[in-house]
Order: sequence, then structure tokens, then C-alpha cells
Amino acid sequence: MSLASVGRPTRPESDGAAATTHGLVQYEPLIFELGGWDKSGVDLPDEAEPLDDLAGLTRAKPLRLPGLSEPEAVRHYVRLSQKNHAIDLAIYPLGSCTMKHNPRLDEKMARLAGFADLHPLQPMSTVQGALALMDELAHWLKTLTGMPAVALSPKAGAHGELCGLLAIRAAHEARGDARKTVLVPTSAHGTNPATAALAGYGVVEIAQTADGRVDLADLAAKLHDDVAAVMVTNPNTCGLFERDVIEIARLTHAAGAYFYCDGANFNAIVGRVRPGDLGVDAMHINLHKTFSTPHGGGGPGAGPVVLSEALAAYAPTPWLRHTSEGFQLEEHAEGEASAALGRMCAFHGQMGMYVRALAYMMSHGADGLRQVAEDAVLNANYVKARLGGTLSVAYPEGPCMHEALFDDTWLDDSGVTTLDFAKALIDEGFHPMTMYFPLVAHGAMLIEPTETESRRELDRFCDAVLRLGDAVRERDIERFKGAPYHAPLRRLDETLAARKPRLAWTPVRD
Amino acid sequence: MRYLPLTPGDREDMLAVIGAADIDALFCDVPASARQAGPLDLPMHAGELAVERKLSALAARNRAAGAGPFFCGAGAYRHHVPASVDHLIQRSEFLTSYTPYQPEIAQGTLQTLFEFQTQVAALTGLPVANASMYDGSTACAEAVMMAARVTRRKRAILSGGVHPHYDEAAHTLAHSAGIETVRLPAAIDGEDAVLAAIDGDTACVVVQTPNVFGTVTDVTRIAEAARAAGALTIVVTTEAVAFGLLKSPGEMGADIAVAEGASIGNALSFGGPYVGLFACREPLTRQMPGRLCGETVDAAGERGFVLTLSTREQHIRRDKATSNICTNSGLCALAFTIHMSLLGGTGLAKLARINHARARRLRDALRAVAGVEVLTPRFFNEFAVRLPKDARGVVEALAVRDILAGVPFSRVDPSAGMDDVLLVCATETTTDEDISAFAEALTLEIAQ
Repeated sequence: MSLASVGRPTRPESDGAAATTHGLVQYEPLIFELGGWDKSGVDLPDEAEPLDDLAGLTRAKPLRLPGLSEPEAVRHYVRLSQKNHAIDLAIYPLGSCTMKHNPRLDEKMARLAGFADLHPLQPMSTVQGALALMDELAHWLKTLTGMPAVALSPKAGAHGELCGLLAIRAAHEARGDARKTVLVPTSAHGTNPATAALAGYGVVEIAQTADGRVDLADLAAKLHDDVAAVMVTNPNTCGLFERDVIEIARLTHAAGAYFYCDGANFNAIVGRVRPGDLGVDAMHINLHKTFSTPHGGGGPGAGPVVLSEALAAYAPTPWLRHTSEGFQLEEHAEGEASAALGRMCAFHGQMGMYVRALAYMMSHGADGLRQVAEDAVLNANYVKARLGGTLSVAYPEGPCMHEALFDDTWLDDSGVTTLDFAKALIDEGFHPMTMYFPLVAHGAMLIEPTETESRRELDRFCDAVLRLGDAVRERDIERFKGAPYHAPLRRLDETLAARKPRLAWTPVRD
Repeated sequence: MRYLPLTPGDREDMLAVIGAADIDALFCDVPASARQAGPLDLPMHAGELAVERKLSALAARNRAAGAGPFFCGAGAYRHHVPASVDHLIQRSEFLTSYTPYQPEIAQGTLQTLFEFQTQVAALTGLPVANASMYDGSTACAEAVMMAARVTRRKRAILSGGVHPHYDEAAHTLAHSAGIETVRLPAAIDGEDAVLAAIDGDTACVVVQTPNVFGTVTDVTRIAEAARAAGALTIVVTTEAVAFGLLKSPGEMGADIAVAEGASIGNALSFGGPYVGLFACREPLTRQMPGRLCGETVDAAGERGFVLTLSTREQHIRRDKATSNICTNSGLCALAFTIHMSLLGGTGLAKLARINHARARRLRDALRAVAGVEVLTPRFFNEFAVRLPKDARGVVEALAVRDILAGVPFSRVDPSAGMDDVLLVCATETTTDEDISAFAEALTLEIAQ
């Protein structure tokens, strides 16, 4: 099948302007439809220096990409920006994503020339402040988790998972014990099984109990001498703390396996629980979740991995060391780092995110971070209490942690699906909750308010959900089926996009 | 605490609504032995001014690249980024939005991703590009994994000009999946060695151009040989500005092109966050890692954009996914797109010419220094020189004179026996005065 075929125009059938300009939300074409094929918004001198030494190596045809003057570019991207929801506009209650306020101080600090304008391979004598910052960040992460070592370089959560599993693989291999299986609960993030497969392991699922936790009997039955690791998210993706976590760790270790904890939900327990006290061997920390580096429409993130004593020797390069000449990066698997599992990426990781995360941690301090966890859990339980009478709580017994999970039992035979309900929420001015995840709850709606929402904003959100709940009861189905009505666009046809992929703009051929 | 809106009164009222006696009641599922009774042993909260003072003091202990003569490249390049780029990416709606899983209220992010993919496709000369990877090195590693899936073969050949960090990152990822990565000995111009290494078991050849020594290579012959052997060709570029001047990977027959895109729109930032570019030939689309943005229509027939072909991805496919990547480099990709939209094709071509000219000027100046030998035969904006001394010592000595003289090759590959090789780079930010200062200082240092 041919994809994104050249000659298939990607342009609106109409000029779009009349239909999709609403008040201050402007219709905006693609940059390729704005002309500017010979234009540039950057003033550069013409260069007369010859190209004789690159004969035969230069582009045969000129690069066909449009340029915009600065005013046009600013307007183009500001108009586009206005078609996005953002945490700065309203609550962004995506479960499992920890969409919290991003302090602007963190942005300012990351842009200091002494951090932003540093080359990763400058002499180490000229970057002692940057290395000191990495060391300080490592100290905070180790203290908050109660773990002895941390690998900073992984670039995002999934990259951190990979780093953790590769350290586990290296530890087994060092003993000549080649194990082939990783156990993952059915409620896990998709990255867990995907990472295990990428690291060369087979994946076996662990069942869940009726109260939304790991089934210990099933775990015990599946733990044997071929299991390399057990990967558990705690609090788990149902928003529940794994009460038996210490027993999970004990069983795992007794079978000669390592306990990997997915730290995506660390926000719920930061400052109140140290994963090191639970028997964890490796855990990644999404700096873009718990420590509030901005999500940026999908990244960048950062996924440092804390490691137990048993795994520390296998941490990837580079290693940061104190020496008599100050901080040094050990960039190769030699000397102290001779057992290192290798390199996860070029250079030293996400420095820009380290600065932001450390500014965030220092601002909150030990006391404020503890309050973060408490308020995050309080807000989630408040939402659960306010909505529980209308929506069906997936696991009603006991408190939840930082997020509240509902299923679609309450939608019953109304004809409204979780998707419809989510789209109708857009018309109320809110970003929907996470839908259809975790897979263990039918038609799941997972709501994570985070600690940076005021009670007023929580009430505004809950009121909107309850209003929609009334509409479901009154069978006002059109309100849902056709939603959203008031967003920049109506419901998008995702099936068409996948069936006939157009993945790049191509010129219209007459 | 300034980031926490709840007041003590709110908390009390909310606990009452919940029906919990106190906050501890909400943490009742935590085993008693693991509950921390009070704050951990870290500093207490701090005001903006205090945090700013402490971090500014750390920043001041670093020598910023722009504070004086600067010649480092080797995978990370210092370029001027227009002020409007950083302003626009700090728009709340871009900075503080999530992955665009609800497309009706994420068209801003989605349309810019579609523009990004189109720009990357044009730059690399390949029709399909994804919505970004973490960086060039991880994009390269994923490309090797993809080639192994496509060819069902388990050996990748990496040319001796591939950045050693890229080789190591590929090795780390491939090794556990049982895929062998064979890096040929470090070579300034290693085309023939690559041709000789291709055989019927080869899944892919990975060739970097300009390579880590700066050498520009026409990959056409290698790509032909690889195709004849049933292998894929992966072309790596660490300096995206080079796309403005040099033959694109697609023009040279690449199946997959990966690149570090940070040169366009992004700061050096001590190595990250950066943005990986990933493009391929059309039939390989469904084997690609990462997110793809595609065009569609809404219920009223208006054009819009969505994330698509997600059955390749971890959140749908779990252990059968093409990659585990989830979060990518969205905001860095946006910075790339905006900078590229300002430059346009003509602007990038001009910028590339200027970079090349600055590097020629640098070459002429260094070639005139007694004892310095220029090793790179054909280069874009960086090249390797042989010094009559250990390059690390020279770089340290010049740093004392406030000149950041480049990257000793031994820093990235200590085992190659190239301790006297220095990698140097010039961009549009390099002035004639910088070059003269470097040549003078190097002359003095070599004479000592």
C-alpha cells in the first residue's frame, strides 16, 4: 500500500476560513500554504566563499521549504497555539500524566547562559558548576527515594525503564544467570511490556485482585528461576497503593529476581514514602511529572533511574565522581565504572530538565514536597468523593492515592460511551480525563487533578462532570454523540487518518 | 508554599467531604514500616530569590560557550537562534500542554508536528518523517533495531566515522535484543572499509556524513552495495545545518535517515534536551518507532490533524510495539520547526554556506600554525587536525587562556590511538577575531 503519496494534496477542500474562524480563534493554513518559497525571516549575508572542495557533494536541487518574515511567523505560531488546551488555561486531569503547574522560575533558571550555552564536551574544568548541579540533583533524588545510586542520563520515562532493565540484565549476566522473563501486571503502562520486550525479555502478565492490586498468589506461582524482574507501578495505574509491596519485593528477591518500580506515580508519595524502604531495586523518576518540567506538547522529558546497591555497579556511563580536582565525568566503562552497562545516549542526559527539576525541588524543599504528595492525594480523593455518587468508582473500597479511577458501568445502556463523555467535557471547557486506561477497568476514566489545583477549580470541574452526568440521565444523547461542538474543530476522523495516511504536506499537482 | 493553592481551611473542609479524619487516613494503605513521620533530610522550602541566587552561583562557575572564542562540535553545535523562537515556544499553550491525545483541543501542537514532519522529510530527502525522537543518538539506535526487524538479520555495520557515542548507544540497545553491532576502526575516510564489510548477513550499514571527523561522504556507492546485499542503509547526520548545502540522505539512496536536529532552534544545553530526526522510505512506514502525525477531517469536513498509525506504539501494542518510546522531544521539535520556518529553504542554504566558509577560514588559519596538520579531506563546518602534542593537554591549556579549542578525539574514543587528534568546528557565530586568537594561542602552546 502506498502511504503519503506524492501528488495527493494535503489542503483543505474549502478555504476553511469561513468555517473555522470563530471569534478570536483564527483559521490558520499550513506554513506551506502561505507562500514564501523564496523568503527568509533571518537576515544573513550572502557568502561568496567558493565550494570547490565539495564538488559533487552538494544538493543537486535547491531545498524547497518556505520561509516567513518574523511578523508572519509570530502570527502563524501564536494562532496555532490558541488551538491548544494547556495547564495554564484550566485543570488538565489526565490520569497517569501528572499535569501540574510549571513554575516559570524553572524556565528562567534553565536559560541562564551558564547552563543553556554550555557544550557537553567542553573541558570539565570549565563546567564545574554544571557538574555540581547534577551532583546536587542526584543527592535530592537519592534522598527522596532512599536509594544509594542514580543514573541521570535516560531521556524520558520509557528510556529510564530500559536503563533499569538493562542494569538488571547486566547483574544477572555477571552471575552467568541468563534469565528470560519479566513479570508485569495487567494494569501496567504500555511502556512496561514494550520496554521488557526491547530489553530482550519475554513478558508474562500477573493477574490483579478484585480490589485492584497485584494478585500475590498469581505472582508467587509465576515467579521461578527464569524470571529476571518484576515490574510494578506503585501507586499503581488504578491510583491505588500496593499494600503488599514489601511482600512483592520479598517474593521477588527470594526467586533471585529484581524488583523494578515504575515511578510514574511518584508524585503521590514523594516525601512521605521512600521506595528504597519498600525493597525496590530500580525505579525511574519522570522529572516531567513529579518535578514539573513542562510537558511541552509531548516532551522533552527526563527519566533518571535510582538503583539499589545490587545494581549500582551496572549504571550506564557517564558516571559523576568527586576527585581531588573537583567533579569529573567518567565517560567510558573503565576503572570504577568498568561494569557499566554502556551508554544510553550521546553526552550526559537532559541538562535543561535537571536545572528545572532542581529549581522546583529547592523551591518546595523537604517540607513542601511532602505537602505536594498530601495535596495531590487529597485533591484526588475529593474529586472521587464529589463524583462517586454519579460516576461508578472502579475500586470503591478505601481511599485512592493521586488519581481516581472510574469505569463505564454508570453509563450502562445510555448509548453514551466513555469517548463521547470525554468529548462532551471539551465543550464544558475542560480537557478530558485519561480514557480507556488502565485496561483493567471497562471504559476507564482516570482523573488525576494534581496538587496545583485550587478547591475552586476542582469544584468547577466536578460541577461540569456532574452536569454532564445529569444529561446522561436525561438521555440528551446528541450532546455527547456530536461533541465537541465548541472546540476549534469537531470530532476528528481517526480511522480515516490511519486508513489513508497523509504524513507530510505535498504540493498540489494540477 | 507559592505553588500550592490549598489553604489549611480548604484541606480541613475537603477531608470532611471525603469523610477522612486526617491526611494520614488517606495514606492508610502504606505499610507502617515505610511511612516517613516528617520531612526528609533536605533543605526546607525556599523563595524565588533564594533559589535564583543559588542556581545563578552554580551557572557562574561555568564558562559559557558564547563568553569567548569557542570551537567545539563533535555532535553538538553552537548556532544563533532568533529571539522569536524562544519566545514562541514559551507560549503557555505550547509549553504546558500534553501529548495531543485529544486532537480537537490540540490542533496547535498537531499542525506544528505536521509541519515538522514535512520539513524533516524535505531536509532528509525521504518522504516520511516521524514526530521526533529523544536525540540523534537514540534515533540512530532505533534505526538499527528497525533495520533488524525489516531484514530479519542480526548484524549492523557501523562505519569508522560514526560518532562513538552513537555507536555505544546503538550497541547498548541492540545487544540485549541479540543484535550485533560491528563498529569499523575509527577512520577519517572509511568508505572502502564499509564496502568491504557488507555481506549477506548484514541488516544495515550505518554511515555518518559529515562524519565525526567532519568528512563529507557521498553514500551512494555504499547504499547501492547494501541494497544489492539485501541490507538497509542508515545515514546519520549530527549537524542538521549541513542539510542546507549537502546532498540529502534520500538523494544518496538512504533507506533511513536519522539526525540530531538541535542545531536548528535549540540551545547547546550541555547535551540535552535535543531532538532526534527520523525519516525513511515509504514502504518502511509501519516499522517506524515513535509518534506520527497525520492529516484527516473532522465531522464537519474541515481538515485537521491527529496522531496516527498508533498500532505500532507501546500504548496500543504493548510488548509487540516497534519501540517503547512514549514522551519524545515535542517542544524541541517545535523550536526546530519555528526556526526552520523563519529560515526557509533559502535561509538554511545561506546559513550552511556561511558555516562552510567560516570553517574554511578556520582551516586556513590552523594550517598556517607550525606543526598542525589538517586531516579531513572534505568538510562542512568541522574537521580534524593532528597536533604535535596530546590534544587533551592542549585543550586544557587553551581553556586557561579562555579559548575553548575543540574536542580531543580521545575524549569520545580513548581507545583509537588518536590522542593527538583534535576536532574543531566553526559556525556563523565564529568571528575572525576568535579564529586569530585561537591560532595565536595554539602557536604559543605548541612552541612551549
